[in-house]
Amino acid sequence: MGVISNITEGFSPSRRAVLASGAAGGLVLAFSFAGKGAAADSLAKLNAYVQIAPDGIVTIVSKNPEIGQGIKTSLPMLIAEELDVDWANVRTVQAGNDPVAYGRQFAGGSMATPLHWDQLRQVGAAGRAMLMAAAAADWGVDAASLTTEPGVVVHAASRRRATYGSLAAKAAAQTAPELSSLKLKDASAYRIIGQPIPQVDTAAIVTGQPLFGIDMRLPGMLYAAYAKAPVFGAKVASVDLAAAQGIKGVRKAFVVEGGTELDGLLPGVAVVADSWWAAEKARQALNIQWADHPTSSQSTPGYAGQARSLTAAKGGKTLRSDGDVEAALAASAKTVEADYFYPFLSHATLEPQNCTAHFHHGKMEIWAPTQLPEPGRQLVATTLGIAPENVIVHMTRSGGGFGRRLMNDYMVEAAWIAREAGAPVKLVWTREDDMRHDFYRPAGFHHFRGGVDASGNITAWANHFVTFGEGEATARSAGMAPTEFPAQFLGNYKLDVSMMPLGVPTGPLRAPGSNAIAFVVQSFIDELAHAGGVDPVEMRLRLLGNAAAADGQGGLNAERMAGVVRLAAEKAGWGKTTLGPRQGQGIAFHYSHLGYFAEVAQVAVADDGTVKVEKVWVAADVGRQIINPVGALNQIEGSVIDGISEMFGEITIKDGQVEQANFDTFPLLRIHDAPVIETHFLKSDNPPTGLGEPALPPVVPAVTNAIFAATGKRVRSLPLKASELAAG
Amino acid sequence: MAYQLNVNGKAMTADVEPDTPLLWVLRDTLGLVGTKYGCGIAQCGACTVHADGAPIRACMTPIEVIGDAKITTIEGASALPVGARVQKAWSELDVAQCGYCQPGQIMSATALLSQNPSPTDDDIDAAMAGNICRCATYVRIRAAIKRAAGQEA
Repeated sequence: MGVISNITEGFSPSRRAVLASGAAGGLVLAFSFAGKGAAADSLAKLNAYVQIAPDGIVTIVSKNPEIGQGIKTSLPMLIAEELDVDWANVRTVQAGNDPVAYGRQFAGGSMATPLHWDQLRQVGAAGRAMLMAAAAADWGVDAASLTTEPGVVVHAASRRRATYGSLAAKAAAQTAPELSSLKLKDASAYRIIGQPIPQVDTAAIVTGQPLFGIDMRLPGMLYAAYAKAPVFGAKVASVDLAAAQGIKGVRKAFVVEGGTELDGLLPGVAVVADSWWAAEKARQALNIQWADHPTSSQSTPGYAGQARSLTAAKGGKTLRSDGDVEAALAASAKTVEADYFYPFLSHATLEPQNCTAHFHHGKMEIWAPTQLPEPGRQLVATTLGIAPENVIVHMTRSGGGFGRRLMNDYMVEAAWIAREAGAPVKLVWTREDDMRHDFYRPAGFHHFRGGVDASGNITAWANHFVTFGEGEATARSAGMAPTEFPAQFLGNYKLDVSMMPLGVPTGPLRAPGSNAIAFVVQSFIDELAHAGGVDPVEMRLRLLGNAAAADGQGGLNAERMAGVVRLAAEKAGWGKTTLGPRQGQGIAFHYSHLGYFAEVAQVAVADDGTVKVEKVWVAADVGRQIINPVGALNQIEGSVIDGISEMFGEITIKDGQVEQANFDTFPLLRIHDAPVIETHFLKSDNPPTGLGEPALPPVVPAVTNAIFAATGKRVRSLPLKASELAAG
Repeated sequence: MAYQLNVNGKAMTADVEPDTPLLWVLRDTLGLVGTKYGCGIAQCGACTVHADGAPIRACMTPIEVIGDAKITTIEGASALPVGARVQKAWSELDVAQCGYCQPGQIMSATALLSQNPSPTDDDIDAAMAGNICRCATYVRIRAAIKRAAGQEA
C-alpha cells in the first residue's frame, strides 16, 4: 500500500506465508529447530532468510534495522558466503518487525556482528546443504560427493552441474539440517567476507530515492506537528486551538492528555494538516500555556552546585573497594586530586524523529525509523489499548541512530495522532523539537584521588562519581560499572557513587557510558603518569601489566589491549616525532563493545586557544576477521570524528528546559575540522566483533592528553573552551 | 496560490502558500523526497538544491522568490555531467553511512566542481562547510570530490 517499494517490501506475515507455501517458485529456507537450551532457543526463531529465484537471483533478508552502521550489507554477506553465491546475484531486503521469525531485532551495543557471526553463516551453510541434497537426489549420488561453485552444485566425478536456480524448488522440500552438523568454510576460502563491498543502498542514496522514514508517503496521507512542553512532562494549561484551525490546510488540532513517563506519550497539542508546513505554521499559532511542573527549577548550574556539595560530603555508596586506598595514598610519593566534568549531549540524528502511522481495520500499521521496533510495538499497544498482534511495525532506514532511536516516543505519538485523525499521518519533528526532546547523554562529575610511588607506579586510585538518579535507580545510561578499568588492575581501588535527582530524560548515546568514562579515566591516568615522571605510553603498559585479575567479569584482556597500545604508539611515531610549539600527541585506550582500541591524537593549539586535531592514529583489535573493510573503516573514521565533535558542544538546562535548539547553538564538526585518520587492525585469534561504537571513546582523552602535551594545560571539563587554552 | 516551476527540466505546478519553503514544496507537494530536512535554518545543508546551477538551501527559500529559476534536485543530478561524475565517485568510494545528508553533499559538490573543476583542499573546505554529515564521512567526501575532479586522493 505504500508508495515506497523498498520500505514496504519487507516480509510482512501474509507475504511470508505465501513464500513458505512455495508459490514463489523458489527456495525459501524456513527453519524450525526444536533444540533445547539457550542457544537452540534463539535459533528456533530463525525463519525465511533466503529466497532463490529460478534465474539464480538470491534474495536475503537483513533482520536488523539499518541506521548507517552497514548491517543491511554485512549480515547478508555472512549468509551469502556460506550459501556460496556470487554477491552480484544477491538482493537484500529489510525485514519487518517479526520477533517470532527473526528473534531480537535491534541496532545497539555493536552487537550484530558477535551475535550473528556464527548464526548467519550457519543459515547460509544450511541452504547450501539443502541445495546439494536436492542435486544428490536428482542425480542419485551421495551428497558428500558434491561440491559447489558460486551459484552451482557440482559433481566432479560425472562432470554434472546444476544451478541453484534450477534446484531451488526441490531444495525447499528438503529437511533443514542440524545447524551444529554443518561445516563452515575456512577463512582462506572466503569470496565475500573480507571483501570491500559497497552498501546495498548506495545507488538509492546517491540518486535521492525514497529510503528513510521521513520519505514515507501513503495515499491520502496527512501531516502532523506535535507541540510538547519545554519542561519535560508538563501538561497543557491552555491553548488556542481555534487559531490553529483557522490556518489554511489544517484538518484538526487537539490536545493529547498523555502520561508522565518521559519515554512514553507525553502531554501536548497535535496539529494535523494537508501539508507539514501548514501543520507547523498552525502549531506556532497555538499560544500554548504550560502548567507548572516540579522540575522547572532545575538548571545546569544547580546540578553543578549539588555535585560540589555531594563531592565535599565524601559520602556516596561504595560500589567497589579493593585494598586500602587511604593508607596507600598516605604512603605515596606524590598524590593528585582532580575534579572532572562532562556535559549533557544530544544525539542530533540528522533525520529528525518522525513516524508514519495508519489505523485501519482495527490494526495500527507503523513505518518507523527505529533502532528497537518490538518495544515500540509494545508501547503503542499499551498506550493505545490495542492488542499487540494488531500493531504492525515496518522498519525504515534511519538517518542516523546513535542510540536516539532506541526510544520510541515519536512512534507512540504518531500512532495516537493517526488514530485521532482517522487517516494515515506522517509526524515530523522540527530540529528544535528533536534537540529539546532528546534522551541526553547524561552529564557527570568525577572527583579523583590517586598516588604514585617513587618509581612512578600508581599506588592507589579513588573515584567519587556524582551522577543522576533517585533512591536505588540510576538515571538511564548514567551508571558506571565497578569493573571499569583500572579496577582489577590496581590493588588499592575505590569507586563511590552519589546521585541527584534529574527531570531531564537521559539515554544511551553511541558507546554509552564509555563515551564519558574513557575521558575521565584515561585523562587521570595521564595526570598520574606526568606526576610520576613516566611516559604516558609506558604508564599504560605498566598498568596493563598488572593483570592479576584481568579478564574477569566485565574486565578486559590486558594482552590484547597492550597490543593495540604498542601498535598505535609505533604508527604515530610516539616519542620520535618532532613537534612544533603548541603541538602535541596524546594517547588513550578503551575497551567497550568487545573491541580493543588505542588511539593517538596529534593536535595543534593556536595562541587564541583554538584546538585543531591534525591526525588520529587508530589501532584496533576486533578479532580475526574484518567482514567488510570498506564499511569497517567508515565506521572507525566516523566514530573518531564524532568523538571529536562531542568535545565542542553541550546541552545545558535552565528553568528545567534545554537551552539549545538547533545546530547554531549545538554545533557539529564540519569538513574543515576533520582530521586525517590512519587505521590499523591488529588481527587476533578471536571471533569478530562490532565496530559501530568502540572507536569513539578513546579519541576524546587522546585529544585532551595531546592538548596537555601541547600546552601544559589539563582539560578536566568539557566542552573545550578556547579561552582556557590560550597562550600566556 | 499556483506556482509554475521548472524542476529537473520539467514544468510543474504547485498550489501552495507563498511562504512555503521550496523544501516542503519539493517533498510534500511534488513528491521529490530526495531533498532532505535537517534543521530548517540553513545550518546543515541537507536541503541543498540548485537554482540556475547555484547551490541554495531550500529550507529557507520561500516558493514565492523562485520565479523562473531552473531548480535541480538530487533526483535530477545524474542528468548533469558533473552530477553524474560526483554520484559515481560517491558510489565507488561508498561515502555514505546513514546516507541522509548525502543528497545535499552531492548537490554542493556538484555545484563546486561545475564552477571549479580542480578545487584545492581549501576550496573544498569553503564549498562544503555548510553541509553537516552527522555520521562524519568527511574523509570520504573529500576523497570523492577529488576523484570526481580526476585528482586521485
